Amino acid sequence: MDIKIDVKHLNLFYAEKQALHDVSISLQSHQTTALIGPSGCGKSSFLRCLNRMNDIIPSARCEGQVILDGEDIYARSVDVVEVRTRVGMVFQKPNPFPRSIFENVAYGPRIHGLFKSKADLNDIVEGSLTRAALFNEVKDRLHQPATRLSGGQQQRLCIARAIAVNPEVILMDEPCSALDPIATAKVEELIDDLREKFTIVIVTHNLQQAARVSQKTAFFHSGYLVEEGETGALFTTPQDERTQGYITGRYG
Amino acid sequence: MLCALGAVVITIGIVVSLIGEAFRFFARVNVFDFIFGLNWAPHTLESGEEIGFGAIPLFTGTALITLIAMAVAVPCGVMVAVYLSEYASPKIRQTLKPLLETLAGIPTLVYGFFAVATLGPLIRDVAGFFNLSIASESALCAGLVMGVMILPYMSSLCEDALHSLPTTLREGSMGLGATPSETIIRVLLPAIFPSLMAAFLLSLSRAIGETMIVVMAAGLAANLSFNPFEAVTTVTVQIVSLLTGDQAFDNAKTLAAFGLGFVLFILTLFLNILALYGVKRYQRIYG
Repeated sequence: MDIKIDVKHLNLFYAEKQALHDVSISLQSHQTTALIGPSGCGKSSFLRCLNRMNDIIPSARCEGQVILDGEDIYARSVDVVEVRTRVGMVFQKPNPFPRSIFENVAYGPRIHGLFKSKADLNDIVEGSLTRAALFNEVKDRLHQPATRLSGGQQQRLCIARAIAVNPEVILMDEPCSALDPIATAKVEELIDDLREKFTIVIVTHNLQQAARVSQKTAFFHSGYLVEEGETGALFTTPQDERTQGYITGRYG
Repeated sequence: MLCALGAVVITIGIVVSLIGEAFRFFARVNVFDFIFGLNWAPHTLESGEEIGFGAIPLFTGTALITLIAMAVAVPCGVMVAVYLSEYASPKIRQTLKPLLETLAGIPTLVYGFFAVATLGPLIRDVAGFFNLSIASESALCAGLVMGVMILPYMSSLCEDALHSLPTTLREGSMGLGATPSETIIRVLLPAIFPSLMAAFLLSLSRAIGETMIVVMAAGLAANLSFNPFEAVTTVTVQIVSLLTGDQAFDNAKTLAAFGLGFVLFILTLFLNILALYGVKRYQRIYG
């Protein structure tokens, strides 16, 4: 298995407060890695380091290396725009732009100039929506506002929007926490399909979900990466006491 | 309940009194001559000469000065808002924003002084340097100063709207590899379009209604001209000049003020309805 992202000795600070302590982990390509842990443990912060999303927060400071296909994304010569094109992100709350469904998906291709003709763009939009298992539900109203879709549909639209720029990695920050069980099931199914083409990292509070969708799981606690491994092994035979405590529901 | 009723009754009272006087005026002067007439010279009435009640020069004057003012206030206001909300550090924002808002509290008379004493002569001198002759009273001068006056309305409202947009919207765009400027132009500004429209209208009505700066900086001459370097006058200025001093309410000259007021009222009402319709339509599409 290839290593897609290799994180080495990552420390993250928000102003004076240290949010991540010396995190090192290798993420395999074409696998889904789940990040679990109690609230405030740093798993979302870690996720946001992988596409330099923390750059937006002025007080955030990062040390260490995040190596994507052999290149440190925090190196001086690296263009953050390119990083975020290669490493897409889906957020906790569906955040479609207040525009039409079509324009939401077309947004990325438009800003990066990924198409040659109008027909090209149509293909990208249709393909992305199809891959996000949304096309059949919205094909008759592509030019209606995206904000009128249901929560689950909005989240799949956001996934389609991320897919449309053809990324290599997709980061998902609790993508189902605002969705009902049926919508959740659809998104989970989708995640499994997407693994063929993309490398996926997902933060989740739902342990069953981590078990269902991921091949690798990493457990975070108070800013430390406590344990990582094959999902099945981590859930059945955790090595660390804290992992054991969390997955058996003693805290969290 | 009583207060609300009071407000409604007072509003109706104002409109009725305006309409009443306006109709008395239109009984004496033909409506079409008034609205489409090209010659504004109500002051010649006393000397028994031919009277000119053509309001077109006043409305073109208003339009010209408003246009210049909006050309200053809208782009600058939006850019100031974008800077404060998206680029400035919190500290700079907290200092600059109240400072900018105090600009809105300066009496327009003071702006007028600035126009007369500083900007007018400056424009004249700069023009003189290029061998052009521009009077120190010009539409350009009044429009520029008025633009500065309404800039805080524009920027403050836009900034509030930008600032209240959820962070997730910015992150969604940046997460797709958009730069901050692409995010602002393609996502954030379209998202605050209704607020932009509201800010634009508030600024527009301030510009149309503004009197003092124009009296001081653009003069009283009713020239039918779109040349920003000439002296022009506006509807509101003429209303004031028609009503200043001891005036009997029975001659056409005084009543003309109500006629002007009435047309101005209809015009702004129409603008507001148009804008409301526009915003509603936009919300139906993107809500």
